[in-house]
Amino acid sequence: MTPLLCYLLVSALLFAIGLAGALTRRNAIMVLIGIELMLNAANLNFIAFWRYGPNPQALTGVMFVIFSIAVGAAEAAVGLALIISIYRHYRTTNLDQIDSMKG
Amino acid sequence: MTWPFTVIAVLTLASAVAAMSLRNLVHCVLMLTVTFAGFAAFYLQLDAQFVGFAQVLVYIGAVAILVVFAILLTRSAEPPRQSIFSATWVVGVGIAVIVFGLLSGLILSSRALTRAIRPPPEVSVRQIGDQLMAKFVLPLEVIGLLLTAALIGAMIIAMHEKEHE
Repeated sequence: MTPLLCYLLVSALLFAIGLAGALTRRNAIMVLIGIELMLNAANLNFIAFWRYGPNPQALTGVMFVIFSIAVGAAEAAVGLALIISIYRHYRTTNLDQIDSMKG
Repeated sequence: MTWPFTVIAVLTLASAVAAMSLRNLVHCVLMLTVTFAGFAAFYLQLDAQFVGFAQVLVYIGAVAILVVFAILLTRSAEPPRQSIFSATWVVGVGIAVIVFGLLSGLILSSRALTRAIRPPPEVSVRQIGDQLMAKFVLPLEVIGLLLTAALIGAMIIAMHEKEHE
């Protein structure tokens, strides 16, 4: 097993854990945390490919991850603001009870 | 596979599983912080020092605190009476297992990933700064605009609704 392969496998496992959390948890905040975990797993892939890729001097992987971290921070801020706003309206963060648009 | 990698990988995976399965949300966030620290350690292992410290600053320093604030503001710190997992959790776990199976199958069957190990690249923060100001200046400006918009948007969304007169 090469190092790149190990990193990709760990990152795939972390992505799967985040996906499972986002799909199964009841609390909206935990769903957001699961999405954050998936985002970080993708970032780890970028850095691993940059480190073991053919042209690391181009810095493309590092730049992509820096911008991705910034987008992730913005996403977390807006997502948590939405959750707080929803909590104020429904008095709950349980996703099973926020179902007024359910058909 | 070296022993630092193994230690970090076990720690990160265990804390990620704990963060997704604990009952108390505050404990979940603490475990999530450990996971983010594990990611930062991975970046340092991969010779991406700048990204590692940016991860510490942004995720451990800002996002974790933000999540704690959200938990306290929405009063979800006390564990709920019913199950923390939704009724259809079997489907969710099944989808996650299928995704992991597909990903790992593709990774293990790829021949392009088994090349020889390369020496670590010599990258300084100065080079990253130079590149940010030259080749990547447009994305940098766009990110600045995005962060400003997200800041104002988050404030407006979370602001108290005015009482109807």
